Amino acid sequence: MAYERILTRYQEIPGYTGTMDAYLAHGGYQALAKALQGMQPAEVTEAVKRSGLRGRGGAGFPCGVKWGFIPKNAGKPVYLVCNGDESEPGTFKDRMLIEDEPHQVLEGIILACYAIGCRRAFFYVRGEFGRGAERAQRAIDDAYARGYLGRNILGSDFDLDVVLHRGAGAYICGEETGLLESLEGKRGQPRPKPPFPAVAGLYRCPTVVNNVETLSNLPHIILRGAEWYAAIGPAKSTGPRLFSVSGHVNRPGNYELPMSITLRELIFEQAGGIRGNRRLKAVIPGGSSSPVLTEQHLDVTMDFESLAAAGSMGGSGAVIVMDDRTCMVHVGEIVSRFYHHESCGQCTQCREGTAWLHKVLHRIEHGKGRQEDLDLLLDLCDNMKGKTICVLSDAAAMPIESYLKHFREEFEQHVRERACPFGGAEAF
Amino acid sequence: MISNETRARFDALVAKYPERRSALIPILHAVQAEAGYLSPEAIAWVAAYLDLSAADVMSVASFYDMLNLEPVGRHMLYVCHNLSCTLLGGERLIRHLEARLGIRCGETTPDGQVTLRRMECLGACGAAPVLQLDGVFHEQMTAERADALLERLRSESA
Ligand SMILES: Cc1cc2nc3c(=O)[nH]c(=O)nc-3n(C[C@H](O)[C@H](O)[C@H](O)COP(=O)(O)O)c2cc1C
Ligand code: SF4
Ligand code: FES
Repeated sequence: MAYERILTRYQEIPGYTGTMDAYLAHGGYQALAKALQGMQPAEVTEAVKRSGLRGRGGAGFPCGVKWGFIPKNAGKPVYLVCNGDESEPGTFKDRMLIEDEPHQVLEGIILACYAIGCRRAFFYVRGEFGRGAERAQRAIDDAYARGYLGRNILGSDFDLDVVLHRGAGAYICGEETGLLESLEGKRGQPRPKPPFPAVAGLYRCPTVVNNVETLSNLPHIILRGAEWYAAIGPAKSTGPRLFSVSGHVNRPGNYELPMSITLRELIFEQAGGIRGNRRLKAVIPGGSSSPVLTEQHLDVTMDFESLAAAGSMGGSGAVIVMDDRTCMVHVGEIVSRFYHHESCGQCTQCREGTAWLHKVLHRIEHGKGRQEDLDLLLDLCDNMKGKTICVLSDAAAMPIESYLKHFREEFEQHVRERACPFGGAEAF
Repeated sequence: MISNETRARFDALVAKYPERRSALIPILHAVQAEAGYLSPEAIAWVAAYLDLSAADVMSVASFYDMLNLEPVGRHMLYVCHNLSCTLLGGERLIRHLEARLGIRCGETTPDGQVTLRRMECLGACGAAPVLQLDGVFHEQMTAERADALLERLRSESA
């Protein structure tokens, strides 16, 4: 597919380093100058709405619409938080954007702050991303030194401070209200909603939380125009998307493409097909919370609507590919162990449900499962959905239901044979 | 225990936030970077410094995987055991490291050099299997490359 890269265009520049000078030499901060010198904040929001940009953090919510929820003249400070907590299993694109092109994220942060009237923004970087945090801090320091942050940015009357904040290892801090609690120095336990962050977020003030990749799109939208952007990809899933492809493919990595790409093209053309010429068995198309797809779904396009229609979701853009030697019960055991470990424990359905899912999947995988366990799993999943403070509980249930739906016979075989037909964990 | 210089650094952290408490995790990171772990005395000091109770600080610190409430080895070795890494040999890598170091995940070598820990997805799945040594990523790990890494640690500390 002929496609002009946008967010990762820098990778095509020989010797590119992502420093302030390199970014400036290749058109960096021109969008900010254009906005500050010729656009009202409301015009920036309008442009982002017209561009059709949807959040890349997981939910795919329209970015400009979210900004529009910030009350005008609330009499309180407004905050922007850049979500760089990236921890949805399979996802590794925000780390790349933070480490390799930090000024693109930062310019996006500044543009968003200008649009929503924020004077102090926070850049929350996952605790394990030490190098990313260093690169981001360096970018912030350089931006202050050159007048892109601080007082009277580029001679305008716009002031902005950006504070880098490192997490300390907890998946749930990627959920936006868990992140806000963490930023306030507390346990990262999600808050009941409403109120939504746009009304009462950080320090109970109006707050926008946006993902690193979402914000990285903004300079391009402002510089090249909303109409140019909206013409990329399907009408309801516009712009470029970074797909993190991992697992049993020949060329794992991040691929920037329009969401009109099919799953087949992404796996077999871009990522070079399945390793060792084996057969594809299953694909998780949007991070470990998304329901699994199989060979029959390969012609689905990777936009939010089409993936939902196929019974899954676009999620974080993480595509995990599995070949025919993969045991789906073992996959379920790994995925449920993760959600059990990461449940913050506030809601009974989630705390107990994730523990039980893991326990039951573990015993099936280890040859100790019973026939009733299959329905027990479905029952547990049913009880975990739609009832909790945040959607981690749903995220834990949905994939397991999908493994049972598409690979039920494999679960039954484990029970019948009292062993894993794929050789168990030792085979990995 | 806490020098004036460190205190000044913490004051600067606090000044970045509208509310003092927001500096808690950055301060815990800073304390741990020096001492390796958060001792009860350190927790009490940070609590007093931020006008919080020690129990409150303890409850926050215990929520986060990267904050150590018990002494750890000189080096932290995190190995990913999530899906993409497991698909490409992550569990084999873990078994190899356990055998090589003579400890199980979660333990520290008797000489106090290395603490081995299983971690959830480290955000580097495209280069699986992955480990982190003292915060630095090592990607596409094999048993041989892991051995070379441990060998380097040993020669550096000798
Ligand atoms: C359990 C859970 C984990 C999440 N983890 C992340 C994450 O690591 N990074 C992220 O950007 N969004 C994550 N999200 C989504 C955020 O809550 C939020 O929707 C997003 O940051 C908004 O930004 P966007 O609109 O730009 O996508 C997570 C959501 C849930 C429920
Ligand atoms: S659903 Fe789970 S992770 Fe979310 S708030 Fe409830 S217990 Fe915590
Ligand atoms: S699964 Fe190991 S780094 Fe993501």
